[in-house]
Amino acid sequence: MSGPAAISVTDLYKRYGTVTAVASLSFDLASGRVLGLLGGNGAGKTTTLAMLMGLLLPSGGSIRVLGEDLLRHRYRVLPWINFSSPYVDLPHRLTVYQNLRVYAGLYGVRDAPARIRELARDLDLEELLDRPYGRLSAGQRTRASLAKALINRPRLLLLDEPTASLDPDTADRLRTYLRDYQRASGAGVVLASHNMLEVERLCDEVIMLRHGRIFDRGAPADLVGRYARESLEEVFLDMARGRSQP
Amino acid sequence: MSGGAARSLRRIGAMIERYLYLLKGSWPRIVELAYWPTMQIVLWGFLSEYLVHHSSYLAQASGMLLAAALLWDVMFRGQLGVSVVFFEEFYSRNLGHLFASPLRAYELAGALFVISLLRTLVGSGMAALFAFWFYHFPIWQMGFVLAAFFMNLIVMGWAIGLVVAGLVLRYGLGAENLAWAAIFAIAPLSGIYYPISVLPQALQVVAHALPAAYVFAAMRALLFHHVVLYRPLWEAAGLNVVYLGLGLAIFLHTFRDARVHGRLLNMGE
Repeated sequence: MSGPAAISVTDLYKRYGTVTAVASLSFDLASGRVLGLLGGNGAGKTTTLAMLMGLLLPSGGSIRVLGEDLLRHRYRVLPWINFSSPYVDLPHRLTVYQNLRVYAGLYGVRDAPARIRELARDLDLEELLDRPYGRLSAGQRTRASLAKALINRPRLLLLDEPTASLDPDTADRLRTYLRDYQRASGAGVVLASHNMLEVERLCDEVIMLRHGRIFDRGAPADLVGRYARESLEEVFLDMARGRSQP
Repeated sequence: MSGGAARSLRRIGAMIERYLYLLKGSWPRIVELAYWPTMQIVLWGFLSEYLVHHSSYLAQASGMLLAAALLWDVMFRGQLGVSVVFFEEFYSRNLGHLFASPLRAYELAGALFVISLLRTLVGSGMAALFAFWFYHFPIWQMGFVLAAFFMNLIVMGWAIGLVVAGLVLRYGLGAENLAWAAIFAIAPLSGIYYPISVLPQALQVVAHALPAAYVFAAMRALLFHHVVLYRPLWEAAGLNVVYLGLGLAIFLHTFRDARVHGRLLNMGE
């Protein structure tokens, strides 16, 4: 693989007082690949994503995005990243179009109206552009949030539960779209999800987190084989319930 | 202009656009901009009219109360224009998106200053027109010095607004009432309607540290004695530079602290 990794994480730590939220996390993700973060509630997925997007300062370790040190050159790196999370909203009183327009401005997107039209078409948001974000259904909000996450054509896309609240049909179409985007753009994608089918379908590699530490890692099919299980969900349940060790 | 400065201005512009969208989409917000200053002028206008006929002190300087009310409102609106507009990001749980973008905290502060200036010009401008139409008090006859009063007061409001925003960033929306409390705590010491010489000695020392006290002293000198005192205005400006710097430092510090403690992702109502 030529060129720097989309993201390279070395010995990442996050402690809150005596509580260790994430410890000894290291991984490399090549551009054009999708990495899944799996783990139960409180395993450290959202904390990890927050550190990768610069919202949370690690207690130790390093993060390099496309070769640049995120912690030292945050503002050089942030224009290349974007994220979507059900835990962070967009302003409710602004319409979808206005929200996308504001974020296009923040990310310095050229020809913002054209980019917004393109995303609206791709994510089936055309009818919703003039509707206030606060008046969208949960599924519509997820799509609008994803449009915001793609507004700057990120080279590193961080997704926390990207298909939460979506019906199976919409979720399936969105996964296809994300996969197409990732292949066409060569972006690296880090995905945290509880949806094992989604992880199996989208991810090239999976990191399983437990109590903030890497429990195991590998390609989804390899993990299923290694644990002699039928699916990634069974592997996840084994890990969550402490029934197996790698 | 360098590429970095141009990108910075573009991000500030994007945030201004965001707050203007909010105003444009909510007529109660627009009405509110003018409502409170105007109500204040109604109250002080009637009181002035009454006192002018019953007080030799005010007969010499009709309009002093109105001018004081109008100028005090500049500082009040200026402060709210920073702090309350910043709270909008909490209400909408939008801080995570904002600060995962290339937006710098000081750029957000810059956008808040511009929006605060616009909101204050609209609100206080309406109130000033109202004071002219109903009480025949043209505050703009103060001349160019009015701009110095205005800028000194709004900058002091910005400094307080940044500190309040920082405290809310630190302690969450439970601290939002500070936006109202902070300014009223300063009001009695600012010599808005009376000279600070009426205060107890210890409080006079505190009052001398407030830019607003110098502005209102200069305002009274202008209205009572028709002289422009430049010295207190420069002293107010000097203090404002210090306070705005402090306010910005506190805001940036609490922003970094929020990044350490993971508050940017979870803050909301």
